[in-house]
This record gives sequence, structure tokens and C-alpha cells, in this order.
Amino acid sequence: MKTNIKLLLLIAAFLMTLVSIRPVMAQDTTPAVSDDQVNEVAQDLYCPVCENTPLDVCPTKACTQWRELIREKIALGWSEQQIKQYFAEQYGGQVLAVPPRRGLNWIVYVLPPLVVLGAVFLAVNIVKRSRKPVKSQTEDSSLPSSAAPGTVLDQIEKDLQKEE
Amino acid sequence: MNSPVENQPSSAPDKRRFPWLVAVISSLLLISLLVIMGLWMKQSKITALEIGAEVPDFTVTSFEGDTFQKSALEGKLILVNFWSSWCASCDEEGDALEEVWQEVKSSGDIVFIGVNYVDTEKDSLAFIEKYGLTYPNGPDLGSKISHIFKVQAVPETYIIGRDGTLAAVKIGAFESTDEIRTLLEQTGQE
Repeated sequence: MKTNIKLLLLIAAFLMTLVSIRPVMAQDTTPAVSDDQVNEVAQDLYCPVCENTPLDVCPTKACTQWRELIREKIALGWSEQQIKQYFAEQYGGQVLAVPPRRGLNWIVYVLPPLVVLGAVFLAVNIVKRSRKPVKSQTEDSSLPSSAAPGTVLDQIEKDLQKEE
Repeated sequence: MNSPVENQPSSAPDKRRFPWLVAVISSLLLISLLVIMGLWMKQSKITALEIGAEVPDFTVTSFEGDTFQKSALEGKLILVNFWSSWCASCDEEGDALEEVWQEVKSSGDIVFIGVNYVDTEKDSLAFIEKYGLTYPNGPDLGSKISHIFKVQAVPETYIIGRDGTLAAVKIGAFESTDEIRTLLEQTGQE
């Protein structure tokens, strides 16, 4: 009798353990995704409905749905790049904070460095020009003192020799 | 004797002119690029389709996988309704559109197409099920169709005439089923 009770208790304990393990297994297959993880992706995406609002701070219902979609994709193991590509395909390239490098988008990448380079080039030239007049004055004044007097003296010497 | 001294002034002005030439050229380049960008943005954002204008060809693939191409539907009256599950006023309109669709679908002369605007598939399907929409509905992949019609907000409805031109535009939700019927009658007679 006692052995039967012990056996029943053992079976009950085993079943209880199984029941308690099941939710843990369920959690393992669908890992919880934190808001920080979602926002890390969402901050690089823009709401196309409300202009100039990043997805991580956008308060609309549409943005809430999209953040939930990001959460689902992360839980499925999608990378940040894959999620961004999915959003661009679904809603268009304008949802990306960093526009894709194609077509007229290249202007965004090429123009600022060109403007900076041009500005640097101009600044360097302006500085050079502001220094040049000082240099040329000294060069001009040095020419007659070093070269011209020499040649003049030679000429005078030659003239004197002729006269002699 | 004087050649080194004489050559100096003649070469100096050329050197001085060079930075200004570069400045003018780069400024012109910058201005042209900004003008191009401005024109591109203006064309892509603001210019809306006008009534009577030819509607460019587009294709909607429904959530069920059926394809509807505008050019293949020529000769029929096409009602294109842009909606979203997150749009509050789309709810009532969905009911009204479905009611009218039930009345006209048997004629085979009128086609209703729901275009799901910047929405998630899960929420869109839940919306379709909730309001029992039976006319074809599909996502606007890449926002290409809404870009053609220059959709600013939802709901917006466009009726394409039998000749493929834009026949009518309704910005905002339809207030009643009668409003939809009247619009279809008016555009169908043209």
C-alpha cells in the first residue's frame, strides 16, 4: 500500500515537473524581444504617414503596428539589415533614414563632400593669395638690389674701360 | 637683361584669376544640382493626377494572390480605394463599399480594388475579416500605386473611367452608400 502511494506521489511529481517545464520550452522557441532591441532598428526607419518622425518615437497607431512587426521579425531571427530591406520593399525607400545608394540618391552622398572639398580649396587659395603680395613685394625689391646693381656696375665698368 | 623682371607681372594676373573661376564654376554646379533636386522633389511629391488625365498602368496583387492590372481592365469602371487598418474613418467606409460592391459585382462592368496603404499584413487581414470585405484587396508594395495617385492620407478613392482616364476623386471617407452609387452612376455614364 505504502509503495503504491509512493509511486503515485512520484508520478504526480513527474507530471508537475513536466507541466512547469512546458512554458519554459515555449519561451525558448519564441524569445522575448525587448523594446530597446526594437527601437534600435526603429530609430533608422521613418514613418511615411507623419513626416520627419523616426519610428521609435512616433506615437501613431501605424507606427505602433510597425514596431510590433519589427519585434516579430527580430523574434524570427531576422537581422537589422533584413528588416530594413523588408520595410523598404513594402513601403518604399523613403522609410529609410539613410537612403539607398542609387539614382538621384547619390546626390546626397556626393554633394556634401564636394562642397566641403570646394570650400577647403577656396579657403587655401584665399590664404595663399593674401600672403602672395607680401612675398612678391620682397621679391620685387630684392631683384634690383641683387641682380640689377650687379649688371649696372658691370656696364659702368665696361664703359669706363672703353673710355680708358 | 630685364626679362625676368618683365615676365613676373604678366603671369601674376592669370594665377589670381584661377580661384575665382573655380568659385564661379563650383557655384554654378551647386546651383544646378539644387535646381535638379528641387524639380525632382516637386514632381515626385506635389503634382497630383487631374480629372481626365490618363492613369499610368499599375498592378495590384491581392492578399489571396490574384493579380489585377489596370490596362487589362480597360473598358470597365475601376474604383480604387486606398485604406489602412490604422485609419479610423476607413471602418465605416469599408462597410459602405462592401454594400455597394454586393449590388454591382454581378454586372461585371465595375471593378472594386482596395489598396492597402502603408500597413502590416496581419492587421490588414484582420481588418478585411472584421468588415467582411469580399472585393479584392492587396498591399501597395513599395508605395508605388499611392505614388501614382499622389495619395496624401487615407481613405482616398479614385474612379478610373472606361477609357483609362481619371474620372473622379474622393478625398476622405464616403459619408453614405448613396454617395458611392451617385459617383459610380455619374462616372459610368461618361
